[in-house]
Amino acid sequence: MTLALDLLSWLALLGGLFFLAVGGIGLLRLPDFYTRLHAAGITDTLGAGLILLGLCFQGGWTQITIKLILILVFLWFTSPTATHALARAALADPENSPPMFHKKD
Amino acid sequence: MFHHLNRWLFYFGVWLLLSGYLHDPLLLGFGILSCTLCAIVAWRMDVLDPEKEPLRLRLMSLQAFLYWPWLLWQIVKSNIDVARIILDPKLPISPTMISVRPIQRTDLGRVIYANSITLTPGTVTTDLRGDTLDVHALTQSAADDVLAGDMGRRVAQMEQRS
Repeated sequence: MTLALDLLSWLALLGGLFFLAVGGIGLLRLPDFYTRLHAAGITDTLGAGLILLGLCFQGGWTQITIKLILILVFLWFTSPTATHALARAALADPENSPPMFHKKD
Repeated sequence: MFHHLNRWLFYFGVWLLLSGYLHDPLLLGFGILSCTLCAIVAWRMDVLDPEKEPLRLRLMSLQAFLYWPWLLWQIVKSNIDVARIILDPKLPISPTMISVRPIQRTDLGRVIYANSITLTPGTVTTDLRGDTLDVHALTQSAADDVLAGDMGRRVAQMEQRS
């Protein structure tokens, strides 16, 4: 049972690490501010989510798990708000370059 | 009166969960005291009008229980999509901006919808004013998904049943 839990926990932690890394790579690879926001979205949702899930498995049925779940809930409520504020602030400033559009075929 | 008692019970439940001092009468007493103080302050300030406090009810309704797992699944799916795009050597992005009309009636429904759009990677709500909701999407297909309006309908459904 402990082994299975440890395995699940490690799986989730490694998955979280993978998505955090992908988010970082995305920040570097994507061309402009607005597309980079989407890469940041990955680290906010699945990256942080899987890491916290893995830690929940380590915590077991204790208070720690409750607190971790609360952290996740608050993170998932606040991070889209922050992303929205960033995007809106960037769009509101006329000196910023406008978002990139792809050419329609 | 009932609302205040209800609120006090909620405070105390959260306090118990987070502190875990179930066996220490002194600390338990302090907890009860501070929860009571908070309830009194909230009552005196009159900022939490029970009629204007629909959030808890809606988050607990049956439709909401169906919506949150669905949203979680959408988040996982779009995370994998965006991760695949980022790791693709060709970087097949087609960024675009679209405007949609939210079909939700209440402010809360619209905010839940806008937040859900932002929470799923690949789409970010950039503006929500009046009857338009501007969305920046990483790819054309992500934009098409928003235009199809599946998520909007589910949020609107949650609104009606509550």
